[in-house]
Order: sequence, then structure tokens, then C-alpha cells
Amino acid sequence: MKNQKFDNRSVFLRGLVVAVVLLFVVRLFSIQVLNPKYRESANSNAFLRKTIYPARGVIFDRNGKMLVNNQPAYDVTVVMRQIAHLDTLAFCKALDITPEFFMERMEQVKDRRRNPGYSSYTSQVFLSQLSQEEVAPLREKLYQFSGFDVQRRTFRLYSYQAAAHLLGDMGEVSRSDIEKDDYYVQGDFIGKQGIESYYEKWLRGEKGQEILLRDAVGRIQGRYMDGAYDVPPVAGSNLTLSIDIELQLLGERLMKNKIGSIVAIEPSTGQVLCMVSAPSFNPSDLVGRHRSENYKELSELWSKPLLNRTIMGTYPPGSTFKTAQDLVMQQEGAINTETLFPCTGGFVYNNLRVGCHAHSSPISLRDAIATSCNGYFCWGYYRLIGSDKYSSAQQALTVWKDYMVNQGFGYALGIDLPGEKRGMIPNSQYYDRIYNRHWSGLTIISNSIGQGEITLTPLQIANLGATIANRGFFVTPHVVKDIENGQLDSIYTERRYTGIERQYYDHVVEGMRESVLSGTCRAAARPEYEACGKTGTAQNNGKDHSAFMGFAPMNDPKIAIAVYVENGGFGATYGVPIGAMIMELYLNGHLSEESEKLASEIEKRVISYGERER
Amino acid sequence: MAKENADILKQFDWLTVGIVLLLMVFGAFSICSADYNFEDTTLFSYDTRAGKQIIWIICSLGVASLIMFCNQNFLRTYAYVIFTALMVLLVVTILIASDTKGSRSWLKMGPVSLQPAEFAKFATALALARFLDDYEFNPRDFRSLARAMAIFILPMLLIVAQNETGSALVYLAFFLVLFREGMSGMILFSGFCAILFFVLGLKYWETPFLNMPFTLGPMLVMTLIQIASAAISWLYISDDTIYKKVLAIGVGSTAVGLVVSLYIIPFRLPVLQIISIAVLACFCLYQVFKNKIQQCLLVSAFALCSTAYLYSCNYVFDKVMQPHQQTRINLILGIEDDPWGAGYNVNQSKIAIGSGGMFGKGFLKGTQTKLKYVPEQFTDFIFCTVGEEKGFVGATTVLLLFGGLILRLIYLAERQSSVFGRVLGYSVSSILFMHLLINVGMVLGITPVIGIPLPFFSYGGSSLWGFTFLLFIFLRVDAERTSRF
Repeated sequence: MKNQKFDNRSVFLRGLVVAVVLLFVVRLFSIQVLNPKYRESANSNAFLRKTIYPARGVIFDRNGKMLVNNQPAYDVTVVMRQIAHLDTLAFCKALDITPEFFMERMEQVKDRRRNPGYSSYTSQVFLSQLSQEEVAPLREKLYQFSGFDVQRRTFRLYSYQAAAHLLGDMGEVSRSDIEKDDYYVQGDFIGKQGIESYYEKWLRGEKGQEILLRDAVGRIQGRYMDGAYDVPPVAGSNLTLSIDIELQLLGERLMKNKIGSIVAIEPSTGQVLCMVSAPSFNPSDLVGRHRSENYKELSELWSKPLLNRTIMGTYPPGSTFKTAQDLVMQQEGAINTETLFPCTGGFVYNNLRVGCHAHSSPISLRDAIATSCNGYFCWGYYRLIGSDKYSSAQQALTVWKDYMVNQGFGYALGIDLPGEKRGMIPNSQYYDRIYNRHWSGLTIISNSIGQGEITLTPLQIANLGATIANRGFFVTPHVVKDIENGQLDSIYTERRYTGIERQYYDHVVEGMRESVLSGTCRAAARPEYEACGKTGTAQNNGKDHSAFMGFAPMNDPKIAIAVYVENGGFGATYGVPIGAMIMELYLNGHLSEESEKLASEIEKRVISYGERER
Repeated sequence: MAKENADILKQFDWLTVGIVLLLMVFGAFSICSADYNFEDTTLFSYDTRAGKQIIWIICSLGVASLIMFCNQNFLRTYAYVIFTALMVLLVVTILIASDTKGSRSWLKMGPVSLQPAEFAKFATALALARFLDDYEFNPRDFRSLARAMAIFILPMLLIVAQNETGSALVYLAFFLVLFREGMSGMILFSGFCAILFFVLGLKYWETPFLNMPFTLGPMLVMTLIQIASAAISWLYISDDTIYKKVLAIGVGSTAVGLVVSLYIIPFRLPVLQIISIAVLACFCLYQVFKNKIQQCLLVSAFALCSTAYLYSCNYVFDKVMQPHQQTRINLILGIEDDPWGAGYNVNQSKIAIGSGGMFGKGFLKGTQTKLKYVPEQFTDFIFCTVGEEKGFVGATTVLLLFGGLILRLIYLAERQSSVFGRVLGYSVSSILFMHLLINVGMVLGITPVIGIPLPFFSYGGSSLWGFTFLLFIFLRVDAERTSRF
């Protein structure tokens, strides 16, 4: 045999084979067993988890009238990799868009900064929220545009063009929404305002999932395991509101061309019967393709129609607040039914003077409320804060503040709507800071008549009416009466007592009744029931705000109401007639002929604000 | 004659046949899996690829039994004829084949398409075996070696001309055969160094080294050149003092330079290394002339050529290569990452295999290969299906079967009484080894994407028959071993 001396080379070659096989086995072990990354990518690769969107909960009013329903809408989607021989012009024509818009939109879809989940292999939303009519021309010719598809979704449909603030709206989820709750993915819709936002978790239901098998070019190859792992969607819960849509419509009609709020509450339950914030907008404007344009336009208007003034507007309550003051003064013994205070043209103390209108003097508790006498409440407040029951004015103010907070002021009430403001009930620290501890009842005398530092939301004023109607308690106001397959939060069924005795409430009610019979609220009187009321004329930088707070019937209260019309002048000018008609419609079921005439007249009245920044 | 045939069957190495049959069956099942459609559930019919593969397997067994009638004498006598015929066929193919995806390698004969390149392997093996056996072949004689190389470089060039560079690379396997027959190990070592220096140099060409004013790539490669030079001096030069001096000039100066650069004055170390390699080369040349140590020439040539190679590689890469070629190399070296573009195939292949886990998803349960994420899933990437459906256990089994097959063939080659038989045996095992290395390496993302089939496994009649010829000719020669004595 020749070449015997090279026999050791055979060993080298065998070693090489063994080494390579070993290297491959180690490599296999590392990618198959040690590294879970590949298994995960395989799943996201081949499984197309197609979301099935549930029907969103429908919203009804308290009498079962449908307010918000769902309507079909369409998204145009695109898979970039599948686009082939696209006739851009024909496509643009079918969708009624310009080629420039088309190019711009395609760039936006591809931009990973704007669209982090972008992949050229998966379906991306090209245009969203198109109506059936808008999408019909494209659907007919869809076969011509490979890569594009039309996907059905649902959007909100409003039966009444009313209660926009209350119902809220839906919009695409923001990045922070996705970060807060991993239920959402890019392109999902979420309640943005009002009930849609607050009850989002009830309304949205649960998304379902269909697991499809997808090949490398994105074609669907069938259902995974014949749908064994598919999850059907769960429809959202329907909501029944405490709102009476007829009352809401009347309120919105009366508030036309004015700025302000109407809130009506059923005193015994805390259910909000109507909630009008003017100016308003058409809820349908914030649905569909033009949502963002419309939203922008509305948000830029000087009159801020997007603001829900009933819970976000904080105003000096004016004389409506005298009832709350009266209750605290009585409870703390600063006044009683026998107390008489002099008032000739107002409260005068050294150089300090708070004006009042003409009425008989001296004046009692009942008449002071009926005629809305400033002098009486100034004296009472002066007496309360200066009382030797307390060691200091600071302590007196703290006692007073606690009663006010118990009546629902100074903190958000906790209504089931987002964005509620707390208003302002000043405490002693606040005055210590401003006046460097040198202050007395006289310094802060404006508080007595609901001016000064005190501000309330219209909801808080209405809730004051409900508390007085209940003679000493309220139930946290809420707009949703019933959740399908769910239960209302117990804070909306519990009574919250103010800590002020019932007899004192009776005295205030007498005054408010007298006010309707012979005082500032005469326009609220109706023969069918005994209404009680209190006007407010709140001073501010411009013309006075016109306010009314009341309830009816006196002995079996069914409705409490607050009306606040910005720059409407005397309480009696706008507040009383508007409040009276709401109560009339609710209690009588219809407006009398005379009221109907008045309603039409008020509807036409315009308060000119001028386009100033507010 | 009848008795002889009975002896042949008795002598036949049935173990090898068994392993090959196992691989073929395993392959057919994998093709069935890769081809399986979730909607259409017919398993084995002629219309499916698995069905066709089974027919081809049966045909190849027919071919194998025909080979039984060709004894060693016949093969030895007609080796050059067969080789010449196939070379002519390769040339004809270039001229008449229609262009399929840029490649001109398929001959269409009615309904059947054949790839002559697959059959050229066994012809080349026969010719080489005949050449090394017939002549007074001296592996240390340059002319003799060059002629032997010409035998397999000719088909290589013809296949490159068909635009099948991948298939041509397989012919490098014959270098292993020549190595076994006595070719200098330096040639293999130089080839290995060329690949290593290319990979390391390019991969780390722009990687900063600590805070030094030079990069890692050149420094690393030149240090390796210095070490290798010392190693060659140690291996080939009997004078023990030479390799120590080579070590001191090369590695020593680099170590000192590195310390200076790190702790005293940072400077461009590769410049010093180039100088030290030049000094080293001069020292060796001096030894050649002064002390007549011829082997020193080898060290000197190695050091100079390697350094020149390192810098010319980088120049070629930057200035000569097309962008898509650069991308491909960058991807395999891990310099670039583009899972949706050029790296798609390898990435998807790794995902498919990786998703198999320890025991795999089960027969027909793989989603990656079936949903066509993996390209060429029946042919070049068939190993993915095994990895995905049979898991680590199944894939390792296949690898061990291949490893066992190759080792068995080396064992058979070593027991040959003739050089002809041994060269044939080494040719078969080297070609199988090369296919395994490139194919599985590619699927696992170790070697570049070079499209060649996995022997006996991948879908396709031509490659299956080509390997059958290759293997069974050798087994037939092996079965005759004792009848010659």
C-alpha cells in the first residue's frame, strides 16, 4: 500500500466531521431549546389574531327612549406589500379624495413614528370612519385595487341631537390610553367625554378574537384548529340614564343663544333629570370622518361649546346661596325665626356697606329669603363669625366651612361624569394668608350673600335645591340610573346628611315658598303644585348672572332645579321663568299654552356677549 | 457469475444502505409536511411533491440495482469516458438550457427535467479516482497535483458558467480527498486562514478597540498572522530556535506595542504590526539564504501574503463588490440586520426551527413551513421542516444519521485495498460532508445562503439520483474488496 504515512489524516478528517455535526447540534440546541424568541416570532408570524369588535352598549333615557345606538361605518385598509398596479387616479376618484391627499396619507401610514405598529405585511388603516355612502363606490371596484380592503366597524348614531356634553363622544385611542390599559391597541376607539368615557368599561364589552392562519404574503389560509381557540366578543352593557330627554330638549331650547346651565335632580334619589350646558353642539358632528375638523372648529370657538358648564363652570352662586347660609346660621344659633335685622338700603357698618333693594325693615328670616334681603344675611354672618361661642374668627369659619362642605360645596360631588370641578369654599388658612391673619366677619362679609370667594358649579346649586327639598340630605347626583348586567356604585344610593336639623330646613322652605307666592320667584307659581324657589343675581365683572334654585312640589318634592344664565341680569329675568317651565313640564307632563308661548319667546331671546375672550 | 453476484450481495454494506433509506423516508415525510396544505388533506398522491419524491426514491432504488452490474473493472475502464461524456453534457446544457431564474442548468426532456450538474459529481469522482490510482501520482509534485486539481476545477467552472455557483462550491470537497492522498496541509490551512481572516477582518474592521486610535479588525487578524507564522515555523522547521525568534519578532512586538499604547502613548498599533511582519518576513528570507533553511520561505510567504490579503479583501469589499453582495456578506457576518429584506430567508428559517422546541410541533403541525414563510422549503430549506415539526430531538437524529453515514463511508474508504476505491470513498464522503456543512449551516444561519440540496432528503429527482449514483458506485466497489484478493 502506498501513502501509508498519511493514515493519520483520516483521523483528522473524521474529527472534522464530528466537530461540524457537534457544532450544528449545539447551534440547534441554542435556537430550539434555549432561546424562546423564535417560538414567539413564529406565533406572531403565522397567526393572524383578528379582532372581532363587540357591539357597544346602547344608551336609553329614563323612559326607555333610545338616545344612542350603533351604526355601521367602514375603514379602508391597506396592505402595502399587496399593492400591485394601482391606478391611483381611479382609486382617488372612487374615494373622492385628491391624489395629494392620497400620497400624504400613504406617507403617514408608512411613518413608523406616527404609526409604531406599521408593517408592510399587515393591514393598516388608510381612511377610517366612512359612511356606507362614502365607501360604496370603492367597494364596487375593490377588485381593481389589490392590497386595499374595506372593513366594517360600528359608530355612534344619535336619535336626538341633544345632550352632547352628557353623552360624550368616541375617538381613537391615544398613546397614553394604550399605556394605561392594554385592552386597547392602535386604532381602537374609546369614550373621550361624558358617559362614553366614564362608563367606557361597561359600554365597550369585551373584544373577541378569531385566530386565522396567514402565509408569508399575508393571504389567509383558514382558521386555526377550526376556530377552537376563537373567542366570541361580548357585547357592551346597555345603560339607562336618569335623564328625561323631553326635559333635556326643552332646556336646550330655552337656553338657545345664551350661555349658562340648567340642572334638574330628583331629590329623593339624586338622579339627574336634565343637564343642559349652553352653548351646545350636535353630537353627530363628532362622529365619523369629519370628527377631527369639527372638533378643532368647536374647540376654537370663543364661547367654548365643548365645555360642560354644569360641572366644569364655577360661578358665584349669588343669593341662591343665602339658603345655605341661613341653615348654618340657624344651626349654630346665630339666628332663629324670632330674629329681626334692620335693613334700610343695605348693611352698613362703619365704612362698610352692602347695598340692598327696597323692602320693609326690620325683616325676619322668612321674608329675608322671600325678598332676598342682603342686609339680613350680612348681619347674620357677622354675628356667626363674631360669635363668642368660638375662640376666634378662624374657628368660626372652620365650623361654617364644615357645614358648607357637608352640603356638597367646596369639593366635587362625585357625579358619574369626567371633569367635575370642585368650586370654592374658602377656609381660614386661605384668609390668614390673604389678610395676614387680620380679618373678621366684616372682612369676608360678601360670603354671606354668595359673592366674594365662594364659587359653585350649577350642579352644586341644583344639589342644594335637592338637599333643601329633602330637608337635610342628598344622594350624590348621577346620570346613569341602570346598568344592564351591572350594579350602580353604592355612592349613588346612599344618603349624605348635612348635619343640619330638619326644622331649620322647614324654615328655609317656608321662605322659599313665600318667595314664589309673593317674592322674587312669583313667575314660578303654578296652580297644579306648590313650588318653592330662590333667585340669585350674581355680581361679576360684566352684567350680573341670572340664577334660580328651586324645587316642587313643596311637601313631596319630585324635582329640584338650578338655572344659571351668564350675564342674564336679575334672577327673575331668565332664571325663574326657565326653571319654572322645566318644573312644569316635568310635573304636569306638558306645558300650558301660556308657558308654551313664553318658552318660544325665551327661545328667541338673544343675550349678546360679543366675541370676547372669556 | 451467479455465485459472484451472491458474494457481492453478501459483501454489500447494508448498514450504509439502511442509513440512506432512513434518510430518504425521513425526507419524504418532511416534504409531505412542507407541502401539506391545511385545506387540502390528501397526503400521498402523485400530484403532491411527496408523492413524486416517493416515485423518485423507488426509481433511484432501481438505478441502484442496475449499478450492481457494473463491476470495478468496468468503472475503472470507463471512468474517463463517463467523465468526458458528462463534461460535454454540461457544455451542451449551457448552450441549450432555457433560463430558469437566471440559471442555465436544467435540461428538459419531454416531461422530465434533469440537472446534469448533479451527475457530474460521480463522474468527477470516478475520473479523479482513476487518475490518482493509475499514474505515479505524487502529491508533493506540483505538476501532478495541478493535473489532479484540473479534473475537478473543470466541472466547477462549467457549473459556474451555468450560474449555479452554489453547486460549484461543492467541488471544493475534492481538496479534502487530495489532502487525504498526501497534498500538503498548508493548502487546506491557507484556505481556512483565508476564510477566517476575511470574516474577522470585515466583521471588526470598524469596531473601535477600547479608546485606542485603531480598530479591532486589522489588529486581531495581524496578531493571528503572527501566531500562525510561529506555528508554521514550529511545525515545518526542525531548527527549534527559529520559531521562538519568529514568535518574539511578531507576537512579542505586538504585545509590547499594545502595553505601550494602553498605558503610555496611544498610537496606531497595526502600523507597528505591519512593520513587525515585514521584519519577520525579512528574517525568514535571511534564514533561507544564510542557513539554507528552505522552509523559512514558506513562513515568509505566508506572513506577507496574509497581510496583503487582509488589506486587499477590505479594498475589494469596499470598492469592487456590488451593494447587494456587500449586504449579503454583512448579513451573514452579523454587521447588518434586515429581517424583512435580504435577511428574510435566514431569519424565517431560524424562526421555523427555533419554534420547534425540544420535541417539535408534530407531523403536519408546523405552521411556519406550511404557511410558506420559509422559502425553498421542499428543497434547500427542507431541514427547517424537520426542526419545526420534530424539534431538537428529530433534527439531532437527522444530523447524527448524516454524521454516522459520513463516518461509515470514511471507514469503508479506509478499508479499500485500491487507491481507486479509497479515492472514490473519500470523494463520496467529502461531497456529502460539504453538502451537509453548507446546507445545514445555511439553514441554521452559520454559513451564507448558498442554494444546494440536503443529500437524500431534499425534494428533487436529479439530486436524489446523482447521490444514488455516487453512493452505490462506491458501495459496489466496496463489495468487491475481497474478491480481488
